[in-house]
Amino acid sequence: DVEHSRAYIDQLYSNDSQKCFQAVSELKFAVIGNVREKGSIIEQGIVVRLLQILRTPDMDAILKTEVVTVLNSLAKGLPEHASSLVQAGLLPVLWEQLEACVGGGGTNVYIQMVLCCLRSVYRQGCAPPPPAWDHKLLSTLIQHGYHPPSNQECVANILAHACKTCEQQQQLVEAGGADLIACMLCSPVTRVQLPALHCLAAMCFNNERVSSIVSTKSYGGKAVPDLLVGLMARDRPRELQLAAATSLTFLHRAGALSADDPKIIFKTLQCLVRMCRRDREVWERVEAANTLAYLTEVSTELQRTAAMTDHLILTMNDYLKDTPTSATNIPQPLCVSPVSNRQYENPSTWPELMLEAALRVYASLGANDEDIRQKVIKTEGLMNTMVTALSAASPPVQLAAVRCLHSLSRSVHTLRTTFQDHMVWRPLMTVLKTSNSEELVKVASSTLCNLLLEFSPAKEQILDQGAVEFLCGLTRRPHPGLRLNAVWALMNMAFQAEHRVKASILHHLGTDQIFRLLSDNDVHILMKTLGLLRNLLSTKAHIDQIMQCHGKEIMQAVILILEGEHSAEVKEQALCILANIADGDMAKSAIMSNEDVLKKLMNYMVIPNVKLQTAATFCISNLIWNVEDGASERQNKLRDMGVYKLLQSLMTTEDTGLFDKVKTALQQFH
Amino acid sequence: MAASSGRVSVEPPAIYGCHNGQHDPIKALYPMVNEDETPLPRSWSSKDKYSFIGLSQNNLRVHYKGHGKNHKDAASVRATHPIPAACGLYYYEVKIVSKGRDGYMGIGLSAQGVNMNRLPGWDKNSFGYHGDDGHSFCSSGSGHPYGPTFTTGDVIGCGINLIDNQCFYTKNGHFLGIAFTDLPPQLYPTVGLQTPGEIVDANFGQSPFVFDIGEMMRELQFRVRSTIRDFPVPDTYGQWQTTIHRMVSTYLVHHGYCATAEAFARSTSQDFDEEITSIKNRQKIQKLVLGGRMGEAIETVQQLYPGLLEKNHNLLFMLKVRQFIEMVNGTDTEVRGLSRSPSRPPTHESSPSPPCWSNSRTTEPIPGTSSTPTSSSNTTSTPVIQQHTSVIQSTKNVIGSGTSTSSTSTTTTTSSSSSATTEELNQRNAQQDLRATSPPSATNGTTPVIQPPPSGSSSSSSSSYNSSSNMHDSDTEMECMETSANNNHHVQETSNGHGDSSQSNGFSNGFSKHVDLQEDDCDEEMETEGSSCTRKMCGGNPVAVERMLAFGREVQHMSQVLRRELGKNDQNKKMLQNAFSLLAYTDPWNSPVGWQLDSLQREPVCQSLNSAILESHQLPRRPPLEICVAHTKQLINLMSRSGLGSCAFASVESILGSQQ
Repeated sequence: DVEHSRAYIDQLYSNDSQKCFQAVSELKFAVIGNVREKGSIIEQGIVVRLLQILRTPDMDAILKTEVVTVLNSLAKGLPEHASSLVQAGLLPVLWEQLEACVGGGGTNVYIQMVLCCLRSVYRQGCAPPPPAWDHKLLSTLIQHGYHPPSNQECVANILAHACKTCEQQQQLVEAGGADLIACMLCSPVTRVQLPALHCLAAMCFNNERVSSIVSTKSYGGKAVPDLLVGLMARDRPRELQLAAATSLTFLHRAGALSADDPKIIFKTLQCLVRMCRRDREVWERVEAANTLAYLTEVSTELQRTAAMTDHLILTMNDYLKDTPTSATNIPQPLCVSPVSNRQYENPSTWPELMLEAALRVYASLGANDEDIRQKVIKTEGLMNTMVTALSAASPPVQLAAVRCLHSLSRSVHTLRTTFQDHMVWRPLMTVLKTSNSEELVKVASSTLCNLLLEFSPAKEQILDQGAVEFLCGLTRRPHPGLRLNAVWALMNMAFQAEHRVKASILHHLGTDQIFRLLSDNDVHILMKTLGLLRNLLSTKAHIDQIMQCHGKEIMQAVILILEGEHSAEVKEQALCILANIADGDMAKSAIMSNEDVLKKLMNYMVIPNVKLQTAATFCISNLIWNVEDGASERQNKLRDMGVYKLLQSLMTTEDTGLFDKVKTALQQFH
Repeated sequence: MAASSGRVSVEPPAIYGCHNGQHDPIKALYPMVNEDETPLPRSWSSKDKYSFIGLSQNNLRVHYKGHGKNHKDAASVRATHPIPAACGLYYYEVKIVSKGRDGYMGIGLSAQGVNMNRLPGWDKNSFGYHGDDGHSFCSSGSGHPYGPTFTTGDVIGCGINLIDNQCFYTKNGHFLGIAFTDLPPQLYPTVGLQTPGEIVDANFGQSPFVFDIGEMMRELQFRVRSTIRDFPVPDTYGQWQTTIHRMVSTYLVHHGYCATAEAFARSTSQDFDEEITSIKNRQKIQKLVLGGRMGEAIETVQQLYPGLLEKNHNLLFMLKVRQFIEMVNGTDTEVRGLSRSPSRPPTHESSPSPPCWSNSRTTEPIPGTSSTPTSSSNTTSTPVIQQHTSVIQSTKNVIGSGTSTSSTSTTTTTSSSSSATTEELNQRNAQQDLRATSPPSATNGTTPVIQPPPSGSSSSSSSSYNSSSNMHDSDTEMECMETSANNNHHVQETSNGHGDSSQSNGFSNGFSKHVDLQEDDCDEEMETEGSSCTRKMCGGNPVAVERMLAFGREVQHMSQVLRRELGKNDQNKKMLQNAFSLLAYTDPWNSPVGWQLDSLQREPVCQSLNSAILESHQLPRRPPLEICVAHTKQLINLMSRSGLGSCAFASVESILGSQQ
């Protein structure tokens, strides 16, 4: 059967170009619209022969065009088909052909076909890992992208799918990509405008430099941001509106447009909120909500405006409840940006996608404003949904739920009421202990930090869940964000805690780990570790008890910081720890017995930094506190070292805080 | 649709005139509103308000002047007029100048007669958004949480979507969402205040809005147009398509666009052959009438359609009267041979155009060309050039080779601009005709009357033809013949250039592109001649004058016969009187009744005759397409009166104009 029906395949290998052309033509008709045939042809290894034909010098352009047509058809099959083509070395050959054509070596039709084929491969998501292109290649591609519209469409699609890394974004702009896109935005053809918008978004995402360049480009006398606003108008096709709003959002987040720019706070915001409405397609609603969440993630102004626009909080509630019917449409693959390619192909996943998007919007809205947070929390069914999502859902939904929980946990009121009612700490701890995703653990541990604040009623219960052990473990993780959150949570936990808690922290953390954290490259971790030490060393009884066990190591740690190359803020924290130690009864001796430390203190009293002076003075004042045992001995010793005179000289200070501390200290001396 | 005109119009055209001819921003927002029937709210009403309300600044600023002790001291004011449904989307903004003591301010809508001693929203048929708590009140004393609170410096907008009957608000340009649904009709913009010191300013559209309402309008327009475009038609057997094709085809046949009709029929595989003869015949007659050769026209009609004129006495009378006028003009066959003037060069066959409603374009036919194969007797006669009343305006004439047997056409235009191709003329006609199908005379009262230019003094009229004045002329003069041919629409300049399309098929329309060189050559010649020559009745030939007078007596006699047989007919009487009045002047062209001599006056006659012929063959007097357009326009007016807001975005002109 195979022998019979595919006789033409043998002819493919003929040296007679006429016969070969016949065979390729037959092959073309065999594969068009036939996925099974495509797979079979690829399995038979015919691609290699096709590429060979393309590479043969002086081959007939018509034959080559026919060959590329076949390859294009194959690439349009399943994603697997496209990736086998890539594995067979299709891309370098096509790029080669494109370059060769620059010198006038190929016909227009041939170039168009090559571009179509490249587009089909890229659209399948088979772009090779970066760096996939060099400058020359990119310039060639961009040159071809100006005319005619079919080429524009192909080039825009290729660039939109291939531009992924920061380097690629940069390369693309340097090669003139921004000018090309500006030109394409003015095309009257939607099929050109849409991939151009996707490309613009891909180019600007998270890239300040590129975004600032792009935003200054213009075409036909209109700047790119204004062109985008034009494409976002309400009577434009909806996929265009959405793509334009996404581009503007990315420009804003990359700093090229400010939050109070009318293009952002009026046009983009309203467009995205409008796209979330119930009468839109599911995929539009999901994309719009996710973009909206990104748009409003940081700016309080945008959060406030979004919260009052078109009942957004209620609209998002629909996302939690709506079960999209099968009547709604799967989007045309062309409409969706490369980033969410294929995400909407299976309608059974839509409820989860909607839930995730809504939770992300809630997370952004509630980030800074307490009024909005309260409105969000009052959303019917949200807390239950969130708690359920935390424990049962897929990782992306879990992440969105934790993000939302994190935003809401910034409300003292909520911590004390709603969170306690729903015992959110329970699923949160489960997530922390079981998840492999660093991102998820990072946000969850941030949330935990808030739940461990002293006014949070959940604190005790979280401790019972073995939080100390878990957090101490977390401080050993390689991800700095996780270490920071862990130390931060421990610091919050230690604040005004009972001794057994503090002892438990010190026990599980170990002094070695404290030293390691104190020598961490991340200054935030260092600060929080010092903060943890301060919180541990508070109230006389605790100070003495802890210093009794770990006095030597703690003093070493403090000296390490004071002698190290650190900023004033860090040193101030270290001095504050000393001041706390000086507040203990027995612990005072740890300082008094160490003349080196005392000299350091005196040194800090005279250096021109009021904060450090104040901290050092405060420490001295604690050491010589009048009513305590042995106060006069300590006073004498320090007076002998010249501290008294030093204090007197500080009386001339203009800083009232320091002046008060100095005055208090002087009053202690008999 | 195949019948789309080539006009490009994106924005709905201003259909009803501006006030005082000045730009009116409020009017511009709602082009489909007929303010003669439903005026737009433009200020607060000084009568329809509670006594605690004070108005200032042209009744746009509202302040509170009561005690403001409790809710019993609340006071409201309504706008002067309710919101017309034809707005489609109505919007106004209120700026809070001062929140006063407590800022108990309500902004919204209420129906006529709702108690004004209350804030909007508290009573039935009253709707409001309140500043102190941000709640919305929907005909109820208790509100629902709706939006943010508002206070001094805020601008609150209130919009009403008259298609979906929904109300929304905006705050400082941000859309707050739908507040009310299922709104009743005929609501007034309303504000209410309750404590001393409260001051608000209204913007009914006289200044730019903070919120971009235009974009929302465009969205609605897009939606309405999509609804129209995507309206489902049950078309299982392709009947719908056939009907549409039929409509287009009948339109083309009706007006005698023979070549176009043939091409259309071919491309839509329609049956067409049977009508060709009919078209050709009617075209021939039309050509004669439009050429002013009434005598021949009448003869041809009698020959081709025996019995038609015998049955239609009034029509025959009208034709005869016209013939008389043409004799005065010196253009009728009866007199033209006699009136040859040696100073005039012979002109050639002009376009045998269908009703050509263009001003100042005088077409002068000459017999003997191939396009009039049946009119055999006139091949040697020489035409006289019809001249315009204006002295300055020159009549440009184009002369071809006189003896040519091919259909050399002569187009005389007053403009020195480009020559009109067949395509162009057809196109203009198509547009004109479409426009001519305006609602029946019942709506005449609502349309602004366009003043005709003072007769004989239109010396400044330039190459752009001012059809509105023509429309008016025909409007007043045609009532006896064609009641539905009145025109209430402005006609835009439509000289959009189409490629030249010279005819080459078997039954050519008779047009052909004329040669520029020739045009240039005779341009000067004609200009000097046209301006220097003084016109005389019947071409100044005494024999012709005799004939004309004799014919006049004949017509007079016919009038008397008609009166005896059919009874008194004021229209006929008037017609005859006007025609005879021409004799009272030495220069009839510049007389008060001189308009009758304008070639434009041939067109209504031509149309009446055309319709009568069609009717006699059991064909519609008017093409179904024109009737359909007229019906649609009438329905849109009806929608406006019935409170259906979609009419705001369904203007026939703009929809036809927006076709791709």
